[in-house]
Amino acid sequence: MVKSNTIRIIGIISIFLFLIIISITTLLPLIFLVIASFKPAIELFRFGLSFNIDISKLTLKNYEFIFSREGSRFTTWFFNSIKITVVYVIISLFFSSMVGYALGVYHFKGKRILFYMVLFTMMLPIELLILPLYKEMVYFKLIDTCGGVILPFAVSPMAVFFFRQYASTLPKELMDSARIDGCSEYRIYFQIMMPLMLPAIGAMVILLGMNSWNSFIWPLIVLRSEEKFTLPIGLSALLTPYGNDYETLIAGSVVSILPVLILFIFNQRAFISGLTLGGIKG
Amino acid sequence: MREKKIRYFFHSQEIAPYIFVLPFIISVVLFFIYPVVDIFRLSFYKTEGIGLSKYVGFENYKNLLTDQHFLTALWNNTRYTFWTLLILIPLPIIVAVFLNNKNIPFRTFFRSALFIPALTSIVVAGVIFRLIFADTDTALMNQFVHLFGIKTQKWLFGRHTAMFVMVLVATWRWLGVNVVYFLSGLQSIPDELYEAAEIDGANSIQKFFKITLPMLRPVTIYVLTISIYGGYAMFAESYIFWQNHSPGDIGLTMVGYLYSQSFEMFNMGYAAAIGVCLIILVFVINILQLKIFGLFREE
Repeated sequence: MVKSNTIRIIGIISIFLFLIIISITTLLPLIFLVIASFKPAIELFRFGLSFNIDISKLTLKNYEFIFSREGSRFTTWFFNSIKITVVYVIISLFFSSMVGYALGVYHFKGKRILFYMVLFTMMLPIELLILPLYKEMVYFKLIDTCGGVILPFAVSPMAVFFFRQYASTLPKELMDSARIDGCSEYRIYFQIMMPLMLPAIGAMVILLGMNSWNSFIWPLIVLRSEEKFTLPIGLSALLTPYGNDYETLIAGSVVSILPVLILFIFNQRAFISGLTLGGIKG
Repeated sequence: MREKKIRYFFHSQEIAPYIFVLPFIISVVLFFIYPVVDIFRLSFYKTEGIGLSKYVGFENYKNLLTDQHFLTALWNNTRYTFWTLLILIPLPIIVAVFLNNKNIPFRTFFRSALFIPALTSIVVAGVIFRLIFADTDTALMNQFVHLFGIKTQKWLFGRHTAMFVMVLVATWRWLGVNVVYFLSGLQSIPDELYEAAEIDGANSIQKFFKITLPMLRPVTIYVLTISIYGGYAMFAESYIFWQNHSPGDIGLTMVGYLYSQSFEMFNMGYAAAIGVCLIILVFVINILQLKIFGLFREE
């Protein structure tokens, strides 16, 4: 008995050490990025990320620069990203929750086909359709606009699927009693059922917001002029072999992570449930 | 009277669900069905000059079969998918099993630490990894290999090292996400199964192979599916390293080739044919998964 206990403790300690090593390895690249963002621009340009850290040289200058007048393109990109993310999340939540709700609570002809359509669109990566989608955006005159970035993905199949799963667990007796009271189906949704879906909405705000904030391929294709760029597109434009705008690149990268990171720290549960409920419980 | 009828029509319980799903129908037709049809149609045309196109039948597809760039891209995506599957399924399963052990302290911290890279955009990952794997003597990775007496490497210029860096970025970004998937799968395994096995005298390894792995099958299939198409649709990882012009095509991917054919060469028909090949590939893989494992079966 004593022997098996020792083995158990050794096992736990080695698992713990393994987890510590793997977590540190994961976090190290980000830690180096944060440290580098406090280095003077010249040293950054010469050494990039490196072990050499001279504490006396660390400075806030890069952050001052990106928020200053000369570094103003960072601020432009930052606010473009915020604008697109906020508008996208609102539109997408409105439509996706409505669709998911209907698929979850009603029985109607064609429901099954629609549900398969949701699954199918969820499973086809958008990267494959960039060419025809681009042609459509040209036709709608939406190239280089916010609308062009948002419109094709305004109804998110992933969110529809998530809301459908959630809505099918809602108590349907509430709908019946509201109907007896003479409520229209739309009032039932907006006044009774949607408030019940708030936890699901919370999870989706975070997941859709993160996806939009970090989205890369589609904005890269739609956005043409520098003053319309979102943060990832602007930063990626600086990633050329000849670029030397290291202050914006590195301090900007750190700032671009912060909003999502802060959301994550305070809403881990919502992140995780959004991710797993949408994914697995099919 | 007529107004009342219209009002009644929209408010009836039979019509309401269709109004609710209308945005999805419009969006699917406009941004999914039409583009899919359009890309198939386009793939039979050859673009000549601006806007002029000529029907050429299967010529674009025939050309693809002998196009060295396309074949390289297909091979690169296949290698990339192979390596990401080989790493990003077993490793997260092991980490998830470890994290599921209730005797381990700081479990939430570990889970978060692993998940945080997934919050970063691919561009931030690109900034970090380009600097770590820069070809200077002072770059982090070169300093690290110097400790083992290996000389400075041009990481992003070698066929194998470039693939290594791309797979490493994928591992860094997706490990935590897959761990979360597997953790949620583990939490749905009833404890009684393990208790029963313990009474029968099973050890940890036996429990892992006889209970944990089989019970994780649905999650594993899901992760497998998304990883396969993620691997074949990979583009951003390569774009941030080489802006689509990697030396000797070492980082060329199918979506990258589609991108350069359509937005740099304006060779729309040819690009469409690449897109169709990808759609068919992804579709066949997904249908196979659905058929074999019956995942996503409703009710």
